[in-house]
Amino acid sequence: MTDRKSPKTTIRQMPEPSRRAFMAGSAAMTAALFAPKTLFAADYPTEAVNTTGLAVTDDTVTIGILHSVTGTMAISETGSVQAEKLAIEQINAQGGILGRKIEYIQEDGASDWPTFAEKSRKLLVNDKVASVMGCWTSASRKAVLPVFEQFNGMLYYPTFYEGLEQSPNVIYTGQEATQQIIAGLDWVSETKGAKTFYLLGSDYIWPRTSNKIARKHIENFLDGAKVVGEDYYPLGHTQFNSVINKIRLRKPDVIYAIVVGGSNVAFYKQLKAAGIDMTKEAPLVLTISVTEDEIRGIGGENIDGAYACMKYFQSLDSPNNIAFVQAFKDMYGEDMVIGDVTQAAYLGPWLWKAAVEKAGSFDVDKVREAQIGVELTNAPEGYVKVHENHHLWSKTRVGLAKADGQYEVVFETADLVEPDPFPEGYQ
Amino acid sequence: MESSSNRLFSARDLIGFAVLIAIIFVVLPIALDGFRLNLFGKYLTYAFVAVGLVLCWGMGGILSLGQGVFFGLGGYCMAMFLKLEASTPENTSIQSTPGIPDFMDWNQLTALPAWWEPFNSLFITLIAVILVPVVFAFIIGVAMFRRRVGGVYFAIITQAFAAILTILIIGQQGFTGGVNGITDLRTLKGWDIRSEEAKEILYFVNGGLLIVCLVIAQYVRKSKLGRLLIAMRDQEDRVRFSGYDVASFKIFIFCLGAAFAAVGGAMFTLQVGFMSPTLVGIVPSIEMVIFCAVGGRLSILGAVYGALLVNWAKTSLSESFPELWLLGLGGLFIAVVMVFPNGLAGVYAEHVEPRLMALLGKSKAAAPDSAANETPAE
Repeated sequence: MTDRKSPKTTIRQMPEPSRRAFMAGSAAMTAALFAPKTLFAADYPTEAVNTTGLAVTDDTVTIGILHSVTGTMAISETGSVQAEKLAIEQINAQGGILGRKIEYIQEDGASDWPTFAEKSRKLLVNDKVASVMGCWTSASRKAVLPVFEQFNGMLYYPTFYEGLEQSPNVIYTGQEATQQIIAGLDWVSETKGAKTFYLLGSDYIWPRTSNKIARKHIENFLDGAKVVGEDYYPLGHTQFNSVINKIRLRKPDVIYAIVVGGSNVAFYKQLKAAGIDMTKEAPLVLTISVTEDEIRGIGGENIDGAYACMKYFQSLDSPNNIAFVQAFKDMYGEDMVIGDVTQAAYLGPWLWKAAVEKAGSFDVDKVREAQIGVELTNAPEGYVKVHENHHLWSKTRVGLAKADGQYEVVFETADLVEPDPFPEGYQ
Repeated sequence: MESSSNRLFSARDLIGFAVLIAIIFVVLPIALDGFRLNLFGKYLTYAFVAVGLVLCWGMGGILSLGQGVFFGLGGYCMAMFLKLEASTPENTSIQSTPGIPDFMDWNQLTALPAWWEPFNSLFITLIAVILVPVVFAFIIGVAMFRRRVGGVYFAIITQAFAAILTILIIGQQGFTGGVNGITDLRTLKGWDIRSEEAKEILYFVNGGLLIVCLVIAQYVRKSKLGRLLIAMRDQEDRVRFSGYDVASFKIFIFCLGAAFAAVGGAMFTLQVGFMSPTLVGIVPSIEMVIFCAVGGRLSILGAVYGALLVNWAKTSLSESFPELWLLGLGGLFIAVVMVFPNGLAGVYAEHVEPRLMALLGKSKAAAPDSAANETPAE
């Protein structure tokens, strides 16, 4: 906590923010403090702000929300849907975008990748939505990507992911892999003196790519550190006893775990049952796949003492975040938890609004151009800015899991971390 | 009925085929815009599987819960060809190893695996689309039917194959694309399959292939083989004791069902633009049986309508009620099974057709007596 700096210091490292982007970025909770410049639709005639036939009228603009609300991914994606709706409501309460209220069409991807492709086509071709907030898994993003590129749509994608992608039609509001991995490994090496790492993951592209980056960083950049094991298990796997035995045999300093979904529940429970007390930090567990949402399934007492590396934790102690958490709970109930991805999803509508107002147009090509360099000065996670590679400059933070299901922030990078979806030296 | 059994199409069959052809080639293209037409094209690819299931399950009594395997194998063969064509060194210049599919590069492969090489050729791919699933079905068929494994045991084993293939594809992601599947397919011999016009052409190609499969299925139905299949379903031992090699017939019909499914899978890949393991596994395989059950497992035309209806309901329910639609769909299935065990075809034959015939008979001949009880005169 000691090395945290106020967001102001990092702003100075960035190019001077434009006045309009600054204003547009103001979130609802600060509306009272910085009365946002109200934009009237009459100043922006529809035929001028919409030259490509999008669903924009004199009073409304329609966007799409495309997540799984049924099927196995529903439990993860529901938070994103809620955050996006909250952001839309707040923007509308402020007067909307270019004087127009946002309306949304929600489609269900049903945890099924062809369905995602079908629904994205429907949103872009039939409904002519001006932008889409959506997708969660890499597989669903890969399925809709050709559709967005073909019909020139704009997708705001919230999940931290493996990188290796930079589509002109996607704004990645989550972290790419290096943003989530490198600072966390540096931290565990410097403050905990970790030398040996055991890499573990579910068997698909994100954990594999993330562990590849982690291995390169451990072997090439951390002094004297090495990887003592690397294992993958199928999605939904629930028997981790054999790997836990291997871990006990090799005695790594750090278990680097990228286990996802339901497997998490089994993994942490079995770790605890095997007598590995995570609060003793021998070995220390560092994960990049468990947010507050997952802890609800795992149970706080089963993961107490593990560390997670994210850009956002619900417990973040800043006025922006406290207001955001309160607004979220007011809308959806006191027992809601907010994970990293939920916060990233919340940024989507705000980033789009800022870009539209900077461009003075809903046209996708103009929004895309205006989007680069857009800043949000008071996002819940703090200051963020859109890099020209369509990812966000964000801080990396490390949180310590507590028995109550929340993380305590123990470290954050002093500066924003530059997104680098195609990292040199890590391929 | 008896008098018509030696002809490929009775008048009744002809009307049914004519109506279906009219719906696929005239009504749907006129009534729907490009986007919806492409969706119906996708639904029709499942109809291939459903028609195969009518032959295997409805007629032959072989319930396969693993048709997704053959659909997937056909689809993956096609996807491999399209992916190689999309992975030109120019398109993939950002990779460590340009010229190989992107997912291979992400998984640290530095060269194209040898078994991918044949899929550089469209001709070999088109053969593989049919041959790979059929050979696989043949191996399963020989292993099972020669040992007289049948009924529920066979269904469970086919389901296991669906699970195994899914795990294999996901596990070998460097070679198969893993969970993400094979995505971002662009052109077929330089022809952009993503354009509106291409989608429309593919829809008609798809419809044409479906009619071909239906004619083949109709031929099987009307042939001696078809009658033997029904005999095997109802009294397998009697057929065996009459001197017929029951296993060979079963293997043949299972392979034919697999070939139909494979064609559907390949057309799916072309129309949707990607292939993924979610179309191979247990859930889609069971869904395909549901399409067949809803349409009526004894009717090849009913199976097509079943696939169309269920998928259309899926799409429109999920558009209107994104959070509740699965419940509605579940209710629909329960209703069909409880109330109409023979599916849409059963409803038509029992309730619609007699009235239709009565009406037609009245207006035509004004001689109503007994017309309703007879099949149309030859």
